[in-house]
Amino acid sequence: MIADLPPGLILILGAILVPFLPGRLRQLYLLALPVLGGLQLYGLEHGSFAQTQIFGYQLTLLRVDALSVVFGTIFLITAFLNVIYGLHQRDAVQEAAALVYSGAAIGAVFVGDLISLFVFWELTAISSVFLIWASRNERAYRAGMRYLIIQVGSGVILLAGVILHAQATGSIAFDRLGLTNLATALIFIAFGIKCAFPFLHNWMQDAYPEATVVGTVVLSAFTTKLAIYALARAFPGTEILIYIGAIMTVFPVFFAVIENDLRRVLAFSLNNQLGFMVVGIGVGTPVALNGAISHAFVHIIYKALLFMSMGAVLHRVGTVKASELGGLFRSMPLTAVFCMVGAASISAFPLFSGFVTKSLTLTGVAEAGYVITWLVLVFASAGVLEHSGIKIPYFAFFAHDSGLRCREAPANMLIAMGLAAFLCIFLGVYPEPLYAMLPYQVDYEPYTTSHVLSQLQLLFFAMLAFAVLIRTGLYPAERPSTNLNTDWIYRKALPALVRWAMTVGAAVRDGVLARGRRRLERALVQITRHHGPEGILARTVTTGNTVLWVALLLAVMLLLNFV
Amino acid sequence: MDNGLETEDTGGPKGEPHWLDRKRTGKRVFWGLIALCAGLGLADFLYRRHGIFDFEEFPLAYAIFGFVCFFGIVLSGYPLRKLVMRDEDYYDR
Repeated sequence: MIADLPPGLILILGAILVPFLPGRLRQLYLLALPVLGGLQLYGLEHGSFAQTQIFGYQLTLLRVDALSVVFGTIFLITAFLNVIYGLHQRDAVQEAAALVYSGAAIGAVFVGDLISLFVFWELTAISSVFLIWASRNERAYRAGMRYLIIQVGSGVILLAGVILHAQATGSIAFDRLGLTNLATALIFIAFGIKCAFPFLHNWMQDAYPEATVVGTVVLSAFTTKLAIYALARAFPGTEILIYIGAIMTVFPVFFAVIENDLRRVLAFSLNNQLGFMVVGIGVGTPVALNGAISHAFVHIIYKALLFMSMGAVLHRVGTVKASELGGLFRSMPLTAVFCMVGAASISAFPLFSGFVTKSLTLTGVAEAGYVITWLVLVFASAGVLEHSGIKIPYFAFFAHDSGLRCREAPANMLIAMGLAAFLCIFLGVYPEPLYAMLPYQVDYEPYTTSHVLSQLQLLFFAMLAFAVLIRTGLYPAERPSTNLNTDWIYRKALPALVRWAMTVGAAVRDGVLARGRRRLERALVQITRHHGPEGILARTVTTGNTVLWVALLLAVMLLLNFV
Repeated sequence: MDNGLETEDTGGPKGEPHWLDRKRTGKRVFWGLIALCAGLGLADFLYRRHGIFDFEEFPLAYAIFGFVCFFGIVLSGYPLRKLVMRDEDYYDR
């Protein structure tokens, strides 16, 4: 392997060749790039490399430590799974965009300074929008524009924060910053936008479901987890993150309940899962941080698996609206099983990956004494079971028979889902390799009788509640709908405000112009009166009269001189 | 585009519903779930669970919390629908 070459650059530079390669060769090439990236990563030693000086600032393109290796590893694994999932498509735009996007996220994870971070941060935004636009319809184009404005906006805020920070401290090192002044606050907000903090979140639910089948799977992995990484790097132990994260776990639960588009349900679910990680980073103890980081790791896999299963449904039947689906287990039994593995993992069933990491976060929160936050997280866990654990597989594959019949998902999709499902179970049964990668020494045993029993009680009694709701007919039917969210502000309210301002502005302009015209008319009348043909100032005065007036004036002056 | 969509039923043998579609399967799942919950609930009285907070050790604490939260979350959907649900083409109009 080439010394000092950042693994992300292998994917970014490798993307250049993609459009020029024919069918099979291109597929092999696409598969090889993440593998090469992985080999490069594991050939690297801990430390800072690939450093260069620009305008007196030291840029570090490769900082290898435990935190960057965990995120780099999972990003590369996901990039590989995503390539397999997308092998059936023949779309160089998506393939190249996915590579550049994945590479940019991996690149960002390994940088050691804020300027390089900014470059990769913006590159993730610009490259990923093509995965939305690749849907090639008006809706996706508009959603992509909104997404791009917000993502690039995040980068601009980051840059402003970095400039202020560099001015104040003379340093651009991407290390623990802490929320101390305007500069770090701007950096914090930039991270918060990408992390989908409450009120800054809706770009995700807006844009992700509009991307292509493969695009949504790719998008779900990188942007938000890059933000989680950035927060873990720069703001661990920042208390406000605990409350932000707690809100993030709760509010999407309610929106997911009423959402009809199952990929949008998963986007809400993604938001909820990020909340757990943000809380862990906010608590900032070694256990909580390990919890957040390991949760990010397994979350990327099971969330990708869930998006893959819904993507397979969309690919086969052309819709993922709960109101139009049901009974697909007949046609897509393997996809249904893989989806349920993802659902069990995200719901944190014992023996599935979510169990061994979410419990680490919850233990960290409880040990730090945050009782209410802990209760909120347990409540949100029941919510996760509702929308991701039950609603997704139940309404897509079971419930009433929609009559839709199709073939099983393509083989490449099944392989990608199978590998992801294997990882979900493997890490759930045998979490030690993951725990060993974490930045802090872990002395934690997830499989205690008390813990397993508590979790099973929580989950099975919640499932009982679902069964009761279904049997009593209290569970609301899924309806085609649009649910208002914060994007209403910029999609409806602000345009309406602008329209109103333009109407009022036009009225004011017309009024001012009318009044001005009236004044001008009045002035013209006066001018005509004085200067017109009959006006006093227009009369001709005889020379004699003028001489008389001048003589009179001189006489007066003379008299005054003698007085 | 051939996306694999078929109009013909490729489900189980003709005239016989898939075993997952039979009514009695649903009933069995429901009663099986109740039996499982009863067993899990009973375990609380036979084994003293340990937790970081005292209230975690209260018998059936997790069971009641899980059931109530789930019920509450689903029912909260009714007022929330009234508040934020609009027609599907709301933004396209």
